[in-house]
Amino acid sequence: MKKHLTHLKTVWFAFASGLVFGLGLILAGMANPAKVLGFLDIAGVWDPSLAFVMAGAILIGLFTFIVAKKRTQSFLGLPIQLPATKLIDKRLVLGSALFGIGWGLAGICPGPGIVLFGAGQEKGLVFVMALVIGVLIFKVLDRSR
Amino acid sequence: MMIDSQNFTPLAAASGGLLIGVAVAILLFFNGRIAGISGILGGLFNFRKHDVTWRVAFLGGLALSAAFWRLFADLPASQVDASLGTVFAAGVLVGVGTSYASGCTSGHGVCGLSRISPRSLVATLVFMATGMATVFVVRHVLGA
Repeated sequence: MKKHLTHLKTVWFAFASGLVFGLGLILAGMANPAKVLGFLDIAGVWDPSLAFVMAGAILIGLFTFIVAKKRTQSFLGLPIQLPATKLIDKRLVLGSALFGIGWGLAGICPGPGIVLFGAGQEKGLVFVMALVIGVLIFKVLDRSR
Repeated sequence: MMIDSQNFTPLAAASGGLLIGVAVAILLFFNGRIAGISGILGGLFNFRKHDVTWRVAFLGGLALSAAFWRLFADLPASQVDASLGTVFAAGVLVGVGTSYASGCTSGHGVCGLSRISPRSLVATLVFMATGMATVFVVRHVLGA
C-alpha cells in the first residue's frame, strides 16, 4: 500500500517538474526556435539570452546537486540515481556532434520540441515524431552491435 | 561581434533559467531522477514496468506547459523558420545524437554542468560548436 502511494507521488512530482520546466522554457524565450538560432548565430547579430538561461538553471542546479550528493535517498525514500559513467568516448563526442547539427538546422532541442508539440504547432508535432524515430533508430542500431 | 539588443532579454532568460533549475530540483529531490529530457523520453522505450508512468507524467507536464501558460497570459511569439522537411531531418538527428551521447541540452547542458561533470562539459562544448557551425553554414555560406 505504501509502495503504491509512493509511486503515485512520483507521478505527481514528475508532472510538476515537467510543467515548471516547460514554463521556464517559455518564460526564457527558449520555446521560440528563432531566438535559439539567434544564440547559435555568432557571426550574425548575436542574442546571448540562451547563456543567461543556462546560467540561471545552473545556479539552482549547483546547490541542488551539492545537497543531493550528500543524501542517499530522495524525500520520497527513493534512491538518488546519478549517472555513473565518466567515460569521454567516441559515442559521446559523435552523438553530441550529430545532436548539435540537428539543433542548428531547426533551432529545436528535445525540451522546446515537446513544448511546441503541446502548443499545437505542426512543426512541433513533426519534430517530436522525428525525435522518436531517431531514438528508435538508435535502439535498433545499438542492439545489432 | 554585434549584440542583438532588440531580442536580447537577459532578465526573462535568467528568470526562466531559475525556473528550469527548480524543475531539476523537484525531480531530483523527490524522485531521485535527473531531469534530462532526451533520457526521460528514451527510457520510455525500454518498457520497464513501474518506470513508464513518471516519464509520461513528466513529458505530459512539459507538453501541457503552453496550455497552462495560456490560462494567465498570451504565449510569447514562437517562430520556426526551417521547412517541414528540415524540421523532420533535424528531429531524427537530435534523436539519434542525444541517444548516443546519453543526453541533450538539459541532461548534459544543465544537469551535467551543475554536477560539474567533465563528460557533460565535453558534450556541451561539442553540441554548441556543431550547432553554431551548422547555423554558420546555413545562414552565411549557403545564405538561406
